[in-house]
Amino acid sequence: MNNDIALTESTYYILLSLFEPQHGYGIMQRTEQLSGGRVKLAAGTLYGALSSMSERGWIRPLPGESGSRKKEYCLTKEGLLALKNEVDRLKELVENGEKVLGGENDG
Amino acid sequence: MAERKTVRKWFWVWEFDKEERWLNQMALSGWALVEVGFCRYVFDACEPGAYIIRLQMCPRDENYLSFLEETGAEYIGRVTRWIYVRRDAALGDFALFSDNASRLEHLGWIARMLLVIGVMNLVIGVVNSFNGTNLGSINLICATLLMYALGRIHGKMESLEKDRELEE
Repeated sequence: MNNDIALTESTYYILLSLFEPQHGYGIMQRTEQLSGGRVKLAAGTLYGALSSMSERGWIRPLPGESGSRKKEYCLTKEGLLALKNEVDRLKELVENGEKVLGGENDG
Repeated sequence: MAERKTVRKWFWVWEFDKEERWLNQMALSGWALVEVGFCRYVFDACEPGAYIIRLQMCPRDENYLSFLEETGAEYIGRVTRWIYVRRDAALGDFALFSDNASRLEHLGWIARMLLVIGVMNLVIGVVNSFNGTNLGSINLICATLLMYALGRIHGKMESLEKDRELEE
């Protein structure tokens, strides 16, 4: 897999929200909660992202309970790897930023 | 029963954001969209600002509609490939797209649809003109309009792409 890709903020938070299985609305709520209310996923954006991420094999729908129309999704091994790679990449960004700016950001 | 009124109004396809703004203006002044048809909008009286209305071009997809309902949105209706949805404004801000990647994808769908219908009209128009049928010119006018619409959509896409060069 390509390790050089940068995830979009939506993709990142969707993967993070799916660390435990969630249905669509659950992902929206989890994302908002994780980001302290900053990132609000809109339904159309999330729906499109879920289908692209399923195609890519990063997430998969769980077998639905009978009578329930809500689809639950979970991370796959590839999805977890993509998430971990992204966390490493973000760490590098932050470390470099802090190194260059030094203590300037503290004040 | 709530007071009801029907308004007939025309919007060009590249004016979908203007159409959306108008529908939200109506909601702000106490008229909530309850039904849509071709150039036809039916409103019921509501508390001013009770709803936020959004429209989107998308293929028929029951799963998407139930997904939207899961998030508290209400499906109002469909005209050709456009769906109209609304949500109680008390539930907070309501949008269908929250990043530029998905806004661009949406514009891309609209552009593809315009291109397909535009080329179809062009072909039919040319064939009919060669056959000496008067109808050919109608198709050619349609094709020209659709290509103009395509240009407008591409303009919107370009400005989003420009933002994306520097930001997500």
